[in-house]
Parts: sequence; C-alpha cells; structure tokens
Amino acid sequence: MKKAQLIAALQAFLPEAAILSSKESQIPFECDALSAYRQLPLLTVLPDTIEQIQAVCKLCHRQQIPLVARGAGTGLSGGALPHEQGVLLSLAKFNQILSIDTANRSARVQPGVRNLAISEAVAQYGLYYAPDPSSQIACTIGGNVAENSGGVHCLKYGLTVHNILQLKVVTADGELLTIGSQAFDSAGFDLLALMTGSEGLLGIIVEVTVKLLPKPERTQVILAAFDDVAKAGRAVADIIAAGIIPAGLEMMDKLAIQAAEVFVHAGYPLEAEAILLCEIDGNNEEVSEHIMQVHQVLENSDPISFATAQSEQQRNLFWAGRKAAFPAVGRISPDYYCMDGTIPKEHLASVLQEIQRLSKQYELPVANVFHAGDGNLHPLILYDANKPGELVRAENFGADILKLCVQVGGSITGEHGVGIEKIDQMCTQFAADELAQFHSVKAAFDPQGILNPGKAVPTLHRCAELGAMHVHHGQLPHPELERF
Amino acid sequence: MSDLSEIIQQQILHAVENQRPLNIVGGNSKSFLYQTQAGDTLSLHEHQGIVSYQPTELVVTAFAGTKLKDLQNMLAKHHQRLPFDPPHFGDNATLGGTIAAGLSGSTRPFTGSARDYVLGCKIINGKGQIMQFGGQVMKNVAGYDVSRLMVGAMGSLGVLLEISLKVLPVPTSECYLSQPRDTQDALRLMQTLASQNLPLSGLAYDGEALHIRLSGAEAAVRAARKKLGGEQHDTNIFWRQLNEQQHSFFNGGMPLWRVSVPPATADLPISGKQLYDWAGGLRWIKTDETAEKIFKLASRHHGHAQLFRTPDSKTLRRQPLSSGLKKLHLQLKHSFDPQSIFNHGQLYPDF
Repeated sequence: MKKAQLIAALQAFLPEAAILSSKESQIPFECDALSAYRQLPLLTVLPDTIEQIQAVCKLCHRQQIPLVARGAGTGLSGGALPHEQGVLLSLAKFNQILSIDTANRSARVQPGVRNLAISEAVAQYGLYYAPDPSSQIACTIGGNVAENSGGVHCLKYGLTVHNILQLKVVTADGELLTIGSQAFDSAGFDLLALMTGSEGLLGIIVEVTVKLLPKPERTQVILAAFDDVAKAGRAVADIIAAGIIPAGLEMMDKLAIQAAEVFVHAGYPLEAEAILLCEIDGNNEEVSEHIMQVHQVLENSDPISFATAQSEQQRNLFWAGRKAAFPAVGRISPDYYCMDGTIPKEHLASVLQEIQRLSKQYELPVANVFHAGDGNLHPLILYDANKPGELVRAENFGADILKLCVQVGGSITGEHGVGIEKIDQMCTQFAADELAQFHSVKAAFDPQGILNPGKAVPTLHRCAELGAMHVHHGQLPHPELERF
Repeated sequence: MSDLSEIIQQQILHAVENQRPLNIVGGNSKSFLYQTQAGDTLSLHEHQGIVSYQPTELVVTAFAGTKLKDLQNMLAKHHQRLPFDPPHFGDNATLGGTIAAGLSGSTRPFTGSARDYVLGCKIINGKGQIMQFGGQVMKNVAGYDVSRLMVGAMGSLGVLLEISLKVLPVPTSECYLSQPRDTQDALRLMQTLASQNLPLSGLAYDGEALHIRLSGAEAAVRAARKKLGGEQHDTNIFWRQLNEQQHSFFNGGMPLWRVSVPPATADLPISGKQLYDWAGGLRWIKTDETAEKIFKLASRHHGHAQLFRTPDSKTLRRQPLSSGLKKLHLQLKHSFDPQSIFNHGQLYPDF
C-alpha cells in the first residue's frame, strides 16, 4: 500500500489533524530517549478513541503494515523507535484518569497518563502508586507497563507487574481484550504478567487499572560513605541479613559521587569511593526500629561516615544527588551511554572491578550508579559522539558489561528493556530454543508480526550470524549490516 | 539432591513420539482441584533438592519436586520465608505443584501472590526442549515473562523443572486479634484497615469475628495491637487452619467455591455459607447453587469463580473465558505444547 493510499484509508476513521505525514511534523517522534537511534516513520497517527486504535490495528493487520506504539518516548532502549515503512501510534491523547476507587485502592487510567500524575491525583486520599522510574514526571503508565518499569523503590514495592490489576489491550487484529481483573487474580493464564514488559510486541495497551497503596507515614534516609566499594557491597548484604527490607538501597561510585556533588551540592563526601543511600519507610514505630538496626549494621561495616537525614529538607538533598546522577554525568561528558544489567549482589565488587578494567581497555571513563538492593547496575559510559569511533567503542564496552552480567548469573536488562539497543545481547542471554519459544508466543498474539517488529527478540538468523562474528573485542566486522 | 531433568526429558520425548498424554504429578496433594483425564503419570517428586540459596540475595532456587515443607524449613533456619504463604493441602505438597496451582495464602493482599515472587524457572515444553526463563535476580525484563505465565497454568504449558523465588525475612513479631462483628461491619472495617499504615498480614471474617493478623517490626505490631484492640490469641491456629482448609467452615460435603472479587465488594447475594479472606477479596462459598449462576454472579462483581472442591465429577470448574481470551489461551497452549501432551483438561476442558 502506498503512503497516499494509506492516508486515505486512515482518513476514513481519523480526523485529518490526527494523521501526521510530513517530515517536519514527525521529527518529534523520530526517537525515544535512546537518541543514538533515529528513524522517521512512514506516518504518525494520534487517535483519541479506542475504536480508532482498533481501526488502525485492523488496517495495519490487513495490509501487513508495521505498527509501533509510543507513550512519552522516555524509554532508554529504543523500544519506541519508529519503523521506516510503518505507522507510529502515539497514545498522547489518552491522558485521562478515568476513575479512582478508594475502597478497593485502585485507579483506572488511560495509557498516556503520566506516572507521577497518578500519585498526585490520589494523594488527597492518602494513597499513592508505588513504582517510581526516574522519568516519572514525564513517562506514561502505558509505557511503564510495556517496559515493566522499576524505580528506586522496587526492592520493597516491586516492579510495574506487581502493581497493576487489569489491562485493556487492543490486539494486532483490532480486537479489544480485558486482561487481569479488578480482583487480586483472574481466570486462566497469567496474561497480565505476560503483557507486562512485552515492549509493544503483543498488543496495544489502551487502559490500565493500577493498584494503590497507603502512603507511608514516615520516611527516613541514611547516607553512608565508604573508602572501598567492596565494603559498601558488604554493608548492603549485612542490612538484608539483619532482616530489613529498605524501601530504597542505592549505591554510587566515586565518579558518580563527584559529578553529582558538583551539580547539586548534596553534601556527599568527595573522598569516598562509594556511598550508600538507605531509605526506610512505613509507619512511625517500624521506621524508628529499622533505622536503629541499620545504624548498628553500619557501625560494624567500617564506613568513613554515616548520618540519618535530620530534616525533610536534608532527606531531599541526599536524594537529589542520586536522582540528578544522570544529568550530572551529562554535564561532565558530551554524551553518555547508560547500561542496565543486573547481577546477584554477591558479585558486586568483582563486577565493578572488571568494569574498571574494561574502562581502561576501551579508554572511556565510566560512572556507576546502582540499585544495590536489587542488584541493578547502571554504569554510565562517558563518550563523545562527535569523535569518530567513540560511539561504537561505547557500545562495545556496554555489550561487554552485559556479557559480564550474564556470566555471573544476571540479566542484560533489569528495567530499561531490550528494545533495539540490546537485541544482540539477547543472543548472549538466551539459547536458540528459548528465542524460538519467544517468537512462538509472539505469533500466538500477532501472527503477522506487525506490532513493533524487529524489537525485543532477535531472529535466530541474527544470533547465528553474531555467534560466528562476535570475536575480537566485540568489534563487529560488518557494522553496515542491518539490525533487526 | 537429585537432578532427574534428563530422565524427565526422555519420558516427555517418548510421550511425544507415541502421542501419549501425560499427567504431571508432584506430591499429589492438589488433585482435588481437577478431573484427572486418561494419560500416563509423569512423576516429579523425586526431582528434588535446593539448587542454590544465598540468604543475603533473597533468592532461592529449587527443583520442582522439592517438598514445600522442606523448602520452608530450610528458609526458616535463616529467618526467611515464602511471603505468599502457600497452602499445602497435604504433607507431600511440592514446590512445583504449588507454583503450577498458583495458590497464595492469607498474606496475599499485603505481601503479594505466588506469581509475584517467581523470578525465573527452567521448564520442558511439549517438544521436550529444556528452556530457562527469567533468572535469579530481582529485576529482569529480558524476553517475555514466561516464568510468571507458568504460575497457575496447572502444568498445561510445560513441566516445571526448577523454580527461582524471591524470599523475605520472617517478621520479628506477630500478633493475632479477633473482634466480633456482623458481616457488613466486618467487610467495611477490612477496607478501612487495609487503607491505613498498619503492619497487616491477614484480614479474614469467619461469619462471627473479624480476624486480624499483624506482622512486622516489634514496635509497629505493639502499637497497632493497642490501636486496634480486640481479643488477643496466643497462637496462629486460626490462620493455619484457614490456609489449610482445616477450619470447621470447610467441613462437610457441600461443593466449595472460590470466588475472587475486588475486596470492597458487598456481601454476595447467594444461598449457603461464606468465609471471607484476603481483606474481602476472596470469598469461600459453600453452596448448592448452579455453576452458571455462580459464574454470572462473580462476573457481575468484576471477579471470577472456581469450583474448588466438589463431590461430583465436573469438568468445567473455572470461570468461562471471553471468546478473545479463549482464542489466545488455545494459541498459547499450542505454542508451548503443540501436541497437547500435558495435563489435558486440568485448567479448562478444551485444552
């Protein structure tokens, strides 16, 4: 189907203003937050009813046109990267909170509602939505479900999959399905879990019912500094061994500390090799008891210093450094490449050591920010895209880090998703039979393969080729080859 | 510890070759949940043992045939537990059966369900392929979440070989309270309590009293006990009996229905006796009403029903699926088990 024909077919059920076809109008959609990858779609549509989305799906299904869904475009793995011959479906107009059910502690929202807007809307009832990805001001709940987003509080409160009850989904052939239920479970297979984190490959999420929690009565944070990363790692294990599940347990290494301190003056000790932020929340008595226990653990873990925030202002300041870590690193380097591997925590010190060795090998500095409680590493590789070869070097460095994560029993992605970015690393983590099973699951939902093609799961052919090629220092001999 | 993966794989390949259906059996403690169909038995109970456990990682990996009580005893030695409080329904209950049935105990509304704690698994699909999904780390979004898809699938998608679970510390303090209430009052109070910052780990109503279980930091439990009041009990016997269906409510031969609804749902208008768990989200109903009527009632209240125990042989025991969902179920079944070898009819009569 030619572009003009496609526009005519879309005009049958979409207003003219909801169809973008010029280059200028589509430039805002050419990438998500992984801006190294850019691609203009054939067309962009902005429907505002579920019926319109169903019609778009039916048309694309019939004509075998690729269809890529997009929320706020804050994803870090290129999951919303448009397809050259495809339609980009923006869910921006689905931005309404449909209902808040305080008795059942849930809210029904449209997919384009911002993550933080949910907690803001229900705050008056003493409730909140727990998952808090760092992009929560901007990222939307539909995207959160598609990526199974986490945040700094996952250790205690779980990921998106643990905090949603029901989805309305439009399938590739345009059918509207209700998955999950308003109750604690639902009949049949757990399709709610399967949909969550499926990166737009199994269906278009058009409504989400989220679970709400009572807001913690009190929150306290402890900042501890160490002269050795291994000591900080041991302190993390000791806090868990003491039977405490902190709401957040974050670690930063020296370069990240220094970048953040210069940027927001959080009061981080510049001489430290690592800092830990340990947040405890809950009701008043529980917080007091746990803070005391964490103090006891830290006294025995040989820190340079540690302190509990004495006021709400100081607590926010302690967090400000961590939350600003990415932009802070952005200030000391023209570009950075953020990785997202997870590892069993026991390997923390050795993995960080190996990352330092790789940093020297690739001649690129790396700052480490780490959700220490749940083993999720965010190494930020510093590079300059304007210097020839640096991006490729950064990507190869990143690929080596992810391989390392898999080697120690971890995963290539904890919360950012595979998207287009880590499609090759999927070949490291999964064997051919497992990838074939993924493709078969995809076919059960989308037999024509129109939804977000080329993302999340690599073709077996691609992996076989990589296996044969992936030799010297991870340098691909044929970078001109198309990635699927 | 004995890893029988290869033997199990051979049995499956043999079954596939000869097109002989298999009934997967762990400890045979939950066979009352379904109508067994013709087929050979694939026994998992000797495929047992802990594969790895690092208490500070909060992760345990075990073979599917590991006895649930052995796993729980080992965790208890390290002051840890399975937070979803699974019912055993018999001494021989295995981890694999527990995950396949996807059942969670009274802590469910507060600390989450069986599927919430599954991090990864190793399975054999209906082609005899051994595959690993998820992992042994808290966060992992690589690939579709096949591990959680296995939870509650009643073995219809594959044979579970190994399961990795997130575990949590045992709370330092527990307290058991009860307050006499009428149904309406109890249901209302459950929602009020669940909306507050209380260290709750159980809210159930047995028709006479609202039972409250508190778990957490010592000071928090003490303060909540003082605030809530009511009669304090020395043991958790009510909660143990409720979880294992040994409470007197479960006596007698009447069909037992499990109806899952949004917790604030008003008392369901149906004849028979009811017991309320999960802060109101789970209604156990002993009734002679027809399946059709109960399915309709559950669906009208945005929930679903399951005929949990029945003296008769009935094949359709779970809430019928919408046509769209049914189609997806059949396609997924075909994707994992193309020759329909595993546990036919245990989840739904048609697959």
